[in-house]
Amino acid sequence: MPVEYIPRTRELYSGYAPYRWVMNRDTPPWTPLTKPLAQSKVAVMSSGGVLYRDQPRFHREDASYRAIPKNATQDDLSVWHFGYRTADAEADHNCVFPLARLRELEAEGVIGELADPAYSFMGGVYSARKVREELAPRIADELKRAHVEAFYLVPA
Amino acid sequence: MCHQSVGLIARVVEAAGIPTLCMTSALDITQAVNPPRAVFVNFPLGHQTGKPHQPDLQRQIVRDALRAFETIDQPGTIVALPYVWDANDRQWEATDYTGDFLPPRPPKEDADLVEAARLARFAGSNVK
Repeated sequence: MPVEYIPRTRELYSGYAPYRWVMNRDTPPWTPLTKPLAQSKVAVMSSGGVLYRDQPRFHREDASYRAIPKNATQDDLSVWHFGYRTADAEADHNCVFPLARLRELEAEGVIGELADPAYSFMGGVYSARKVREELAPRIADELKRAHVEAFYLVPA
Repeated sequence: MCHQSVGLIARVVEAAGIPTLCMTSALDITQAVNPPRAVFVNFPLGHQTGKPHQPDLQRQIVRDALRAFETIDQPGTIVALPYVWDANDRQWEATDYTGDFLPPRPPKEDADLVEAARLARFAGSNVK
């Protein structure tokens, strides 16, 4: 049985008012791929709080994001996040930010092109409004400007 | 919370005209936020694309997941991949994300030291 995170979050944070999770009961927006993935430009974003070199760290309720060069290596990256156990992601960022794997899949031709840069933010933002109205439109604008054709998101 | 944030961003980006795909390891949160396309891997938080230092597993998960860009044709579909976290421990879900899952936050002074050490590591080499 998969972990039920909504009730367990309520227990973990039992000293606080229950969090009001977003419940979308509509049909989500839909944009079909215009061509096969093997010919598409794919961008990746992790919510795992990944930082490149001396980029400023995240803070609580941070709706900013970081651009990470697609050729960044393990030594270039660190992690700042309060909501999950980060030891494995710090040891190997590919657990939550599979940059090296996507470069390999680009070389193999599974994806047409891995967009440069990749993106990271710290997903533990309580304000859904802030994510929806501040962070998401900025990302969408940047992806449009970069002519990204498919967007792969990895939470942590 | 990460899963909610990622789903919210996916919905906005999709509405702006770019197809999206979300990984998830928190099925109930992803079902609630209802992104256009998602792929479920039943691993503990922080391992949505695999275990550390297992590049073959990571590559296979990502490759399988990306296929959903082309196979999902109904908005709101979540595809489950059959990966098993630990064949010798089928009970990890019973206790994960409970009790002392989140360690106490370190005192601010300690956090500041960690941050100073990180910045010092890249001093003079801040290639942007």
